[in-house]
Amino acid sequence: MAAPMLRWCCPARRWILANIDRGPRHGRGAPTGSGSSGKRGQSSVAQQLLATAQKPRKGEHQWAAVVGLEIHAQISSNSKLFSGSQVHFAAPPNSLVSFFDASLPGTLPVLNRRCVEAAVMTGLALNCHINKKSLFDRKHYFYADLPAGYQITQQRLPIAVKGSLAYSVFVGKNRNQVINKTVRIKQIQLEQDSGKSLHDDLRSQTLIDLNRAGVGLLEVVLEPDMSCGEEAATAVRELQLILQALGTSQANMAEGQLRVDANISVHHPGEPLGVRTEVKNLNSARFLAKAIDYEIQRQIEELENGGEILNETRSFDCKLGCTVPMRDKEGKQDYRFIPEPNLPPLLLYDSASLPAGADPQQVINIDQLREQLPELPSVTREKLVQQYGMLPEHSFTLLNEVGLLEFFQNVMKETRAEPKKVTSWVLNTFLGFLKQQNLAVSESPVTPSALAELLNLLDQKIISSAAAKKVFEELWRSGGKTPAQIVSEKRLELMQDQEALEELCQATMEKHPQVVMDLKKGNPRAINKLIGLVRKATLNRADPTVIKEMLERQLSS
Amino acid sequence: MLGRTLREVSVALKQGQITPTELCQKCLSLIKKTKFLNAYITVSEEVALKQAEESEERYKKGHSLGELDGIPVAVKDNFSTTGIKTTCASNMLKGYVPPYNATVVQKLLDQGALLMGKTNLDEFAMGSGSTDGVFGPVKNPWSYSKQYREKRKQKPHDENEDTNWLITGGSSGGSAAAVSAFTCFAALGSDTGGSTRNPAGLCGVVGLKPTYGLVSRYGLIPLVNSMDVPGILTRCVDDAATVLGVLAGHDCKDSTTVQDPVKSFILPSLTDVSKLCIGIPKEYLVPELSSEVQSLWSKAAKLFESEGAKVIEVSLPHTSYSIVCYHVLCTSEVASNMARFDGLEYGHRCDINVSTEAMYAATRREGFNDVVRGRILSGNFFLLKENYENYFIKAQKVRRLIANDFVNVFNSGVDVLLTPTTLSEAVPYVEFIKEDNRTRSAQGDIFTQAVNMAGLPAVSVPMALSNQGLPIGLQFIGRAFCDQQLLTVAKWFEKQVQFPVIQLQEIIGDCSSVFENDLASVSVKQ
Repeated sequence: MAAPMLRWCCPARRWILANIDRGPRHGRGAPTGSGSSGKRGQSSVAQQLLATAQKPRKGEHQWAAVVGLEIHAQISSNSKLFSGSQVHFAAPPNSLVSFFDASLPGTLPVLNRRCVEAAVMTGLALNCHINKKSLFDRKHYFYADLPAGYQITQQRLPIAVKGSLAYSVFVGKNRNQVINKTVRIKQIQLEQDSGKSLHDDLRSQTLIDLNRAGVGLLEVVLEPDMSCGEEAATAVRELQLILQALGTSQANMAEGQLRVDANISVHHPGEPLGVRTEVKNLNSARFLAKAIDYEIQRQIEELENGGEILNETRSFDCKLGCTVPMRDKEGKQDYRFIPEPNLPPLLLYDSASLPAGADPQQVINIDQLREQLPELPSVTREKLVQQYGMLPEHSFTLLNEVGLLEFFQNVMKETRAEPKKVTSWVLNTFLGFLKQQNLAVSESPVTPSALAELLNLLDQKIISSAAAKKVFEELWRSGGKTPAQIVSEKRLELMQDQEALEELCQATMEKHPQVVMDLKKGNPRAINKLIGLVRKATLNRADPTVIKEMLERQLSS
Repeated sequence: MLGRTLREVSVALKQGQITPTELCQKCLSLIKKTKFLNAYITVSEEVALKQAEESEERYKKGHSLGELDGIPVAVKDNFSTTGIKTTCASNMLKGYVPPYNATVVQKLLDQGALLMGKTNLDEFAMGSGSTDGVFGPVKNPWSYSKQYREKRKQKPHDENEDTNWLITGGSSGGSAAAVSAFTCFAALGSDTGGSTRNPAGLCGVVGLKPTYGLVSRYGLIPLVNSMDVPGILTRCVDDAATVLGVLAGHDCKDSTTVQDPVKSFILPSLTDVSKLCIGIPKEYLVPELSSEVQSLWSKAAKLFESEGAKVIEVSLPHTSYSIVCYHVLCTSEVASNMARFDGLEYGHRCDINVSTEAMYAATRREGFNDVVRGRILSGNFFLLKENYENYFIKAQKVRRLIANDFVNVFNSGVDVLLTPTTLSEAVPYVEFIKEDNRTRSAQGDIFTQAVNMAGLPAVSVPMALSNQGLPIGLQFIGRAFCDQQLLTVAKWFEKQVQFPVIQLQEIIGDCSSVFENDLASVSVKQ
């Protein structure tokens, strides 16, 4: 059921809407059932002060910021939430559109089992209560890429409620002090994604691509338990890792599989919450943190200058680094929710309530899904700390970079080097090179095997640490060669000939009597100069500790 | 041949007394002769003839697909049909050609039925007269019947005979007229508040609204999703059962259809009604009910009683709230369902392009008639956040009470309820249009609509002609998913009352060939 149904209108007119305005859209992923900010519960975490945004000025009250998030995660599934159309990123426009997706009259939604399972698994992983009965509703608003004029969502009774997400932020000078935090999850609901509007300014027209229309989304609503951009970004990152571990969403922000809207307000601790603004469509973790911190600061300044905060929707301008109001036209939007009459209530079972003789294809067993849950990131990190004596912050870094943990584990499999050594090489050297060149782990020219071999050479003292760095650079530059080849070609192995080294030391001392004199006069640093000179003479192929020992022996003899 | 029932003609096809192509041509010719009835919006002549040809091949090889093979049928123009225009009698969908078949249409075609065309209706099925569509009103074939004309001659002559034609009822008036005028043997209607039963009653045919969830709605352009059911219009109860047998059953494309396997709908010939309990709801005796209908209703009750059935008065206490409750629920769903008609993906689009909003507004103003626009406006009002509790939620609660009324009555031992279908016989168009659509719909649906709220099966069976020579139908209401029992009772009743055949000689010319069972009669061809 793909594109060929477009026969009823002439090709030139397909999905093209000429000369339409480009006003702001209402309600894209807007919160369901959310009222004014005053309705939100006050949380203890919200009282926490934010270092960047809340520096009290002289004679002023302190400010506290309150941040809640609405996150839309595209469900990783073969087909859409209510239709059989396939789901692919970057497919040719309107090539993945069923009759239902195009809202042809008379078509009906049929719920995708995979999407329901993904929602249940995500709910379980986020410690939610799974509702055994949930309902679908229609949320109405007119927009060109919303073909039916409504979105099917779960406003009244979502599939999962009352969960929590634990995350950790690092503070202190070296950012090595872990603070564990928790944000409550209000609910997780299943809903449809919209299509995409592509605005052509030159011809002042808008083209509609319905490939994304009807793709399953998980809307995860995080309670306003966060207080700054970093907390929000860290919580989102943790959620992203969980979704990826579950396989319920690819959660790639750049591809729009994870979209975040933030609700932000500031108030004086102990006083009622302030009026909130909503910052929409934040498509990277970095911008999310920046946008929130900017918005907090803006609100504080606005209030301190006697202004007031409007309950408005803003967007983040990543070029200017600030939030700007989205031109809200008609003001209040009423979504006129109505129960979706074409979908019966979604019923889930557990092993106790499973009807006898039920067709396994027709029922979903929550307990069964719970058993199938994969290892979650928090457990993985704990294991790393336990197994390798790794610092907690290192375990975070390993998981935060896509593919880095797998890289690390593959190196570990093939090397005799100490885990701490491997960790250090992977996190400092390897990751450093990647970052410098802005590469993903998967794009690295150095394979885990190559690094493992290099670390073995180092471990066996065949090369020095300095030489190892050179070999690594060489590996990076000219992929294809093995570390052993590079070592032999560049003659980087440590000098194994002790006599020759002794002779070099002797010769160096003779050539630099002044330095020897300094040393004998009691300048301990002079020996470093000698070591450096000897190393240079060995073309850096000798271990400096060995050189030092030899020099000291020769001097005292 | 055309005067026969579906089952009779099916036997004739099997026995080779007539070929599918001959039958198809006869119907096409009648469709042309009765064009002035405006029963069809689109006549799919080529499609029908091709299907007839294929059917003929199958009969020749002795591989007929079943009772519907080679049988001309018509489909209300709010069911999607591949490659055939589906307009809902609205400017909004003029020229819209769906790329897929509604499940019920597909099922008919899979059985070898011949699709004669798409029948007329009120715009988007909103109405009870089949007078409010963009293609004009449907005329009731009985306006031109010998029975009606003869009665009229006895009265003082009207000024203008031509303006005194009668409405068919609606909104499936085109389908009812098509069956009534012998242009097909069965037709699909849709029934949301009585839209199949009402015109069936006024056109003297059988109109069945099956239990909600028994027949797929996939491809039916919705009015009220939670009440819509594809309806069946035929010339006798057995035919309705035959068609229901083909249509019923789970459809994976419609999540509201029942999963349970469907039993057969072959109807036994009831000889003994003494074990039956017939309920007569006292709330259905309303002041507006015509005395003639009322007396036929009593007569029918007495008929059952005299044959040994238990006939008792029952109460459906929330009946009077049905109309207003329906108004809220119907318009709310309409407001939602109509949101998709924005001129972007299909259907009408205006020329205005200064902004998206202006384009939407003008497209919808040009595309929908006043009735549709009025319902969209009311529905959106009821769904506003501040009104939702007071209107929509309350209406849903009342709907539950109305449904419970039926549950209580059936739990008390009643098998089938017997009620009028309409307040009176068909009225002249000029009379009908004196009231606005809303008032007319409220009156027209008074006996039929509560059934949709409860999702129950109901059937209108023609009983007798009024003093004016016009048909009057009565309605039987059954328990949910007891469609077969309902139809069995209806079949017994049908046999007892012997409703007369419509005599249309005046409009379809020499009808000797139309109604005789003569083997080779093909003289109706033009």
